[in-house]
Amino acid sequence: MYQYNQQDQTLIEERVAQFRGQTERFLKGEIDDDQFRALRLMNGLYIQTHAPMLRIAGPYGLLSSRQIRKLAHIARTYDKGYCHFTTRQNIQFNWPKLEQVPDILGELASVQMHAIQTSGNCMRNTTSDPLAGICKDEIEDPRPYCEIIRQWTILHPEFAYLPRKFKIAVSGASHDRAATQFHDIGLHLVKNADGEIGFKVFVGGGLGRTPVIGQVIRPFLEKKHLLSYLEAIVRIYNLFGRRDNKYKARIKILVKEAGLDTIREQVEKEWRLIKDYLELDSERIEAITAQFAPPDYDPDAANDQSFSQSLEQNPDFATWAKHNTVEHRIPGYRAAFISLKARDLPPGDVTESQLDLIADLADRFSFGEVRSTHRQNLILSDVRQQDLFSLWQQLVSAHLATPNIGTATDIICCPGLDFCSLANAASIGIAQGINAALDDLDYLYDLGDIKINISGCMNGCAHQSVGHIGILGVDKKGEQWYQLTLGGSSENEAAIGERLGPAIPKDQVTKVITHILGVYIEQRREDESFLQTVNRTGITPFKERVYAHH
Amino acid sequence: MRIIKDKQIVEDNWHFVADDTELPVGDITVSTARWRRDKPVLLKREGNIGLRIDSTEAVEDIAEDLPYFRLIELNFSTFTDGRSFTQASLLRSRFKFSGELRAVGNFMVDQIFYLSRTGVNAFALKNSDQLPVALANLYDFSVAYQASATG
Repeated sequence: MYQYNQQDQTLIEERVAQFRGQTERFLKGEIDDDQFRALRLMNGLYIQTHAPMLRIAGPYGLLSSRQIRKLAHIARTYDKGYCHFTTRQNIQFNWPKLEQVPDILGELASVQMHAIQTSGNCMRNTTSDPLAGICKDEIEDPRPYCEIIRQWTILHPEFAYLPRKFKIAVSGASHDRAATQFHDIGLHLVKNADGEIGFKVFVGGGLGRTPVIGQVIRPFLEKKHLLSYLEAIVRIYNLFGRRDNKYKARIKILVKEAGLDTIREQVEKEWRLIKDYLELDSERIEAITAQFAPPDYDPDAANDQSFSQSLEQNPDFATWAKHNTVEHRIPGYRAAFISLKARDLPPGDVTESQLDLIADLADRFSFGEVRSTHRQNLILSDVRQQDLFSLWQQLVSAHLATPNIGTATDIICCPGLDFCSLANAASIGIAQGINAALDDLDYLYDLGDIKINISGCMNGCAHQSVGHIGILGVDKKGEQWYQLTLGGSSENEAAIGERLGPAIPKDQVTKVITHILGVYIEQRREDESFLQTVNRTGITPFKERVYAHH
Repeated sequence: MRIIKDKQIVEDNWHFVADDTELPVGDITVSTARWRRDKPVLLKREGNIGLRIDSTEAVEDIAEDLPYFRLIELNFSTFTDGRSFTQASLLRSRFKFSGELRAVGNFMVDQIFYLSRTGVNAFALKNSDQLPVALANLYDFSVAYQASATG
């Protein structure tokens, strides 16, 4: 993975010093609340219901074992012993003290981490495919481009005060695992007719209050023009994005109101004026790419016989291996998911002792690297199949082996009313209710691939509008109610879920979900997935069942 | 009043003249509306002339007249309005404006480093107590990933 050079290190250390000074001046009353708000947000710091929340960047989801140990240390020393992984591959601490945040940032800087631009109206952490570099359907590894974009976005002087936040995601595979069509800019590495690899550029996607699927602004962009094209888009957005209403300030609204053709014309005009000054040379691409060179794979990994024996001898292990590991482009290796969706824990949460164990397992089995995923799990990406059994045993001992990846209990969930000052309703409790109702593994596996996403308010941090089943918490006269949608998807066939009907009360949510799943079982044909069934039947049969009971 | 210019605290004698106010002697800045309306008069008077532009104005529209101006003031209505950063960048890198580029209005001292990177070289603060902090903030970072707008 990418290792900081002296310049990278100096920059984040100077950033810590800057924020330390700003925090001191704020505490002395020399910076007002509004100004400090903007400054702290661009250092990842929110003021929440109970305490500040600090969001730390996980650059395109890639973390070293050393960084994971540092997160464990911070959780122990400055927080209540755990942290939370988000849908944008970032890490959140829910209980830091404002005065200690500069110290936490200093600790992070010592392991090449930071919280720069993880919030605020600026360019955010660039996200990517958690299987980058190891999946079989990859056109090219997106991570070098993510790193190039990371550097370009960090402290970009022109774009720190945009109309609203701005998110970029990059995918290098044919299967989109990075929800790129729901980002302000989505980039797909593609091959053109001449066999040359470049980027297909999407613009104006987004979730939140107004979910919009991104549109193609340029079908093919040469690699050398990556940064100039991004700069042109963000510049047009900075100049023309709405600033009169924060709910209409994202680029998706600009694209919608002006029309894609107009925006394309403006962007291309701007781009032609800057493209020769901001060219990405091939030496730079090669130098960064070299930092993502494949690890030293064991050439004998595929000769192993023990894996198939373990599968035969231990059904629990076989179940886990089936659901929580995926194939790897190198024979004899697999990528192993670490499920952060245990039944009794909030989705995406992980404790300090689990983090320490994960770091050790990464060192032992996966070249010292850990990845975080869009669906709030972790991955050890390069595990020899012969090591999977030992890995599984260790994960089981730490409650990290719930064999539910890709199933209906692998729920994306925001912190909700329990932690977040924006939330209208609880989300963690809803996830736990569904999880408890689906404790029969045979039934869970029979249901197959179902993505349930739960957000506690319409800001939609858990991407409910693209869940196969989306659950959105709303406030009705001080009570928590839930709005359901069906048929959303953040993958290649991007779709926004259709509203099932009127909101339902909190105590009915679990029952309603079981009804919806029951309708699927009745209606499905052969191997049809939940999403395929919903797409074929429409929402009517689900609606009839759910509202017949009310 | 004292301002920061080229990384120093200096005394400054420029004045902004509102659209309906009589022109005083000395160095003045005016709005683009007044510039367009009174251009011949403004050019005939003694003293230097500068322009104050709001974040909503397109800098392309004044590109041809740039040689007349010794100073351009970028007027922040609120510190959250980032359009002025792009205006500065375009004035320096695209339109090669080489005069003084000054931030005025409701920007904050914690934006001064970024502003300097986009080509702003002078800062008129509302509160002169903040001059030392502002000056120090110009040195917040010794490194950057992006080229400066002034090269």
